[in-house]
Amino acid sequence: MAEGAFAVTAAPLEPGRLAAIVTAAFDGSGPGAGAVASFVGTVRDRNQGRRVDRLEYEAYEPLAVKAFERIAAEAGERWPDARLAIHHRLGRLAVGEASVAIAAASPHRAEAFAACRYAIERIKQIAPIWKHEYFEGGDVWIEGATADPDDAKARETAVQRACA
Amino acid sequence: MRVTVRLFARLREIAGAETLVRELPPGTTAGGLWDDLAREFPELAEYRNAVSTAVNEEYARMDAAIAEGDEVAFLPPVSGG
Repeated sequence: MAEGAFAVTAAPLEPGRLAAIVTAAFDGSGPGAGAVASFVGTVRDRNQGRRVDRLEYEAYEPLAVKAFERIAAEAGERWPDARLAIHHRLGRLAVGEASVAIAAASPHRAEAFAACRYAIERIKQIAPIWKHEYFEGGDVWIEGATADPDDAKARETAVQRACA
Repeated sequence: MRVTVRLFARLREIAGAETLVRELPPGTTAGGLWDDLAREFPELAEYRNAVSTAVNEEYARMDAAIAEGDEVAFLPPVSGG
């Protein structure tokens, strides 16, 4: 995979760049990309009835990049022709800003959509990244899944959602 | 043996530090180190069944043995995306 496919960064995300990275990842030995599916997660203005002012993201950076690589390897087992790129933003984000960007390229659309959806589901399960929500009247750390990359049931859930 | 502890998000706030250095007896596991920390910072105790661990930047189990110079991270439930 091209350099820069997996990253956590304080800089604003560039979804178009991810699409270019995954499209360029095909080496010509087989069919090239015929589809690119992109996902961009953005900061929502409301959460569980709270009016959100901003989010602050932190990560265990080296392990987060390894988690992205692991997710891409898992996707490669299931959808061998798909290529993934994942970037996640860190630091302070205003409502509407992109927090995560994913691109998945494949010869055909079904695999691209599935690999893209699988990636976001697995990010939420195992990427060591945390969001601190600042809302009107307070702040709270959002705590989702206990990260366990070897949890086969969680992985199966991600596959099911990817193929729904 | 001396190890470095990394804490994130709410765990970091409870301990008041993102990095700690601790002297441990040989044979200590990640889980044993966690139990030490939960005695030192009692608010950590509620995370006993929800925390994940990583040793030297790789996910590990709580029963993993740790060695001199290791970096042991404790991770509260994640919320990326």
